[in-house]
Amino acid sequence: MTAFQKIYTKLNQITKATCSVNATGVGNEELATVDGRLAQVVKIIGDTVTLQIFAGTEGIGTDAEVVFFGKPPSLKVGEDLAGRFFNAYGEPIDGGPELEGEEVEIGGPSVNPVRRKQPSELIATGIAGIDLNNTLVTGQKIPFFADPDQPYNQVMAMVALRANADKIILGGMGLSNDDYLYYKNAFENAGVIDRIISFVNTTENPPVERLLVPNMALTAAEYFADIKHEKVLVLLTDMTLYCDALSIVSNRMDQIPSKDSMPGSLYSDLAKLYEKAVQFPEGGSITIVAVTTLSGGDITHAIPDNTGYITEGQLYLRRDTDIAKVIVDPFRSLSRLKQLVIGKKTRADHPQVMNAAIRLYADAANARTKLENGFDLSDYDVRVLDFAKKYSFEILAIDVNIDIDKMLDSTWALFREFFSPAEIGIKEEFMKLHWKA
Amino acid sequence: MTKGIVKGIIANLVLVEVDGPVSQNEICYIDLKGVKLMAEVIKILGKIAYSQVFESTRGLKPGDKVEFTEHMLEVKLGPGMLSKNYDGLQNDLNKMSGVYLTRGEYTDPLDEESSWDFKPLAKVGDKVTGGDWLGEVPESWIAHKIMLPFTMTGQYVIKSITPAGHHKISDEIAIVTDEDGKDHVITMVQRWPVKIPIRAYVDKPRPYRLMETGVRTIDTLNPIVEGGTGFIPGPFGCGKTVLQHSISKNADADLIIVAACGERANEVVELFVEFPELDDPRTGRKLMERTIIICNTSNMPVAAREASVYTAMTIAEYYRSMGLKVLLLADSTSRWAQALREMSNRMEELPGPDAFPMDLPAIVSNFYSRAGYVNLSNGATGSITFIGTVSPAGGNLKEPVTESTKKAARCFYALSQDRADSKRYPAVDPIDSYSKYLEYDEVQEYLNKHISPTWVDEVTHTKDILLRGKESYDQINILGDDGVPLAYHEKFRKSELIDRIILQQDGFDRIDQSTPMNRQRYMLEFILDICDTDFVFESFEEVQPYFVHLENLCKQMNYAEFEGSDFNRFKAEVAQIVAERRAK
Repeated sequence: MTAFQKIYTKLNQITKATCSVNATGVGNEELATVDGRLAQVVKIIGDTVTLQIFAGTEGIGTDAEVVFFGKPPSLKVGEDLAGRFFNAYGEPIDGGPELEGEEVEIGGPSVNPVRRKQPSELIATGIAGIDLNNTLVTGQKIPFFADPDQPYNQVMAMVALRANADKIILGGMGLSNDDYLYYKNAFENAGVIDRIISFVNTTENPPVERLLVPNMALTAAEYFADIKHEKVLVLLTDMTLYCDALSIVSNRMDQIPSKDSMPGSLYSDLAKLYEKAVQFPEGGSITIVAVTTLSGGDITHAIPDNTGYITEGQLYLRRDTDIAKVIVDPFRSLSRLKQLVIGKKTRADHPQVMNAAIRLYADAANARTKLENGFDLSDYDVRVLDFAKKYSFEILAIDVNIDIDKMLDSTWALFREFFSPAEIGIKEEFMKLHWKA
Repeated sequence: MTKGIVKGIIANLVLVEVDGPVSQNEICYIDLKGVKLMAEVIKILGKIAYSQVFESTRGLKPGDKVEFTEHMLEVKLGPGMLSKNYDGLQNDLNKMSGVYLTRGEYTDPLDEESSWDFKPLAKVGDKVTGGDWLGEVPESWIAHKIMLPFTMTGQYVIKSITPAGHHKISDEIAIVTDEDGKDHVITMVQRWPVKIPIRAYVDKPRPYRLMETGVRTIDTLNPIVEGGTGFIPGPFGCGKTVLQHSISKNADADLIIVAACGERANEVVELFVEFPELDDPRTGRKLMERTIIICNTSNMPVAAREASVYTAMTIAEYYRSMGLKVLLLADSTSRWAQALREMSNRMEELPGPDAFPMDLPAIVSNFYSRAGYVNLSNGATGSITFIGTVSPAGGNLKEPVTESTKKAARCFYALSQDRADSKRYPAVDPIDSYSKYLEYDEVQEYLNKHISPTWVDEVTHTKDILLRGKESYDQINILGDDGVPLAYHEKFRKSELIDRIILQQDGFDRIDQSTPMNRQRYMLEFILDICDTDFVFESFEEVQPYFVHLENLCKQMNYAEFEGSDFNRFKAEVAQIVAERRAK
């Protein structure tokens, strides 16, 4: 490699995140080091090459040494990725050996849409708010829209530990060191470490570095899904911090910001990542579960807004004050692909039971409003309120871990406990099968 | 041929120094280590041609060589486009090798080897001009006309024409002589630059004929016409794509072109999987046989996304010139506008609102104006009906793309978050939405003649009931159930009846998903009869249960085979219930 390296030592412009150098024969998106720090070519005008320095430009001098590698950022992929922790550059941070696999460029081409298969396999997580009401399907991409105070990292870790996937790849962007250690301990304690691969950028690392994290994670995912035909789940947290890094770079490059100070290309930038979620024709799949933190629950902000247009649904967490536990909000959450599996890959009564329970849960919300406004409750109101409480506690709460058949059976049991068959309104054929005491 | 070398690279904008003349929108190929990357010139400054590359520019270096082609971005037109899946540059996606899209791989949109059963329509000695029909070949169930290329705008005389028989697309099918006596060989293939409208028609009169979509909230309340334009704005999760898919399945068109522009790949996969299986309700053939999909999903290069809507429109214009009814759907035009924004930004143009280019409204209206109903020179007519979706940022309709489109499109189908949240699908807001065509004299005349003599009045009446119902509902909410006159409850429930039975439609039910016009007429008149009945109620508590019962029965009618035994049974039951409370 050294034979091809070009070295320059005269910078003519330095901003907080970028620098420029006069150089020739440099390719677009090529990797380089500036004073030992990794950088990437983002713009070339004539002889002037602009580099984005991932670690920031603090202390870089105009005489800094710039070394071009002649290749874009890459990752060495192979079975030895499994069970390891890496930084944003794909370098081990767990004290383990260097990677020895084949070197692959990150952020590679997209899958030809006509070669994609329609997603059709469900990914069970043991969380009823997901499996029962918003079923995840392989090849799907879906974010949690969460406020910063919500326990999304715990839920993500829980999804990672329980999901029936062959590989779980964590892309951590701007994780606090505490959260990083939380993930690390959770994975180690659960004894599933050999299924898990982590690329982590913590708040201690420079923000621009995190731009590499999702592509590193997805390149590793493509290796296991496409080459090894495995079922891969990619967890990305927190995409809002990723977008913030995008806006920093575009700002330093004097680009005109669009809505909410985000770059005009935000939609395309996010789509390039999320659309890596795919069901491959040979059986492997990449499923992406991400976290997008909101500011005060505002989903009209450019980041959640663009995300919502790209992803196949969204999940919301909510603290249910009746049971003092966190649940996946059954009203606002949506999995657009659930129709492809519920009642087909799961029990035939699944769609009807799901809808009936959510309708009753909505009736409970209305009854609660009535109660709060000081109206008298009818007998039905009292029953739906009791139902909702038990439904939340026994089924929806995220610490409950049961399989889908059990979720359905438990819901049927609650139906029987509180309601008459007419109030449930489920098709005759399912009533015959499941109503029996 | 002009040549050039790469001088600068900013993402997919490449600065090329040229050694000769170049023109705006000229296509060039950039040589990246033997791989040719297609690019389009979008600005010229002195010797520098700013080109947007339709591919990733990773690894491109200053000094790389560029060749110019002397033509703009073109599509290749000829028989064999039906059922094809193209990318935004008209590459046949099925012909590409490998699971991933390979940079610089361009495939033939047509099949050179397939043979077509040619039948001449013109004869030796005929005077012809660009767009005139020379012959036809059966393509699926369409008589695909072989036309004199649109570029040949002068007068030509047919010197020879190939007799009926099987031919490949590049075989000679005619020789024509121009005014200078020079001969030109005509094949089944021609090319046309996508950014220029095909104008091979006599005139473009105001459209008047209803285009049935099978969606009641459109056909009944705010109809679109053959050759009309409409748009569907809505926040995410309101069912834009589902509504467009449902229009594409049921619309009364000869040909459907779906431009999936910058949207989710899995949604396009749904079309790929479903359309070859679904039956076209009109011809009984598979839906795929009348469909062309132009697919430039959100992860495919941005510049090609911008091209994709033009590619789709040009193919639509080509088929319109054959005298066909074409329906063009674009999902979503906001992604197209964003592609324009990204390029404008890289060229450091002064931005307009929300950083969109200043000329966005002009670009949008120019594009919409390419749709329309046309008279062809041989007396036939053709049409392009265009419906685009808009994805407003933050669901706010006061943003540049929605506002620009509102100025250009004549039908407005506003999807409302509230309706979607309460599962009232399709979530088209009946009060905010409109169709300008309802005001056209020619359209009113057509509707009254073909549906029912009082149809337009009935539709207006329906809208009035909906509006009054909404006003009553607001009053009930402010003043409380017992704070308003009893009549307010009745008005509200009557508007709910229309909402439930006419506006809401179950896109997943075999029967309800598409309603033919005669059934729409029947149901509207049936429901209006109920709405025009005066009922007797003792107290407001009686109103809701009574109407909910009625709604449920009428809903069953929607699910039943039209005028079948179930349908008639429910109808009789409704009549009986109405009679019970009818004011004497």
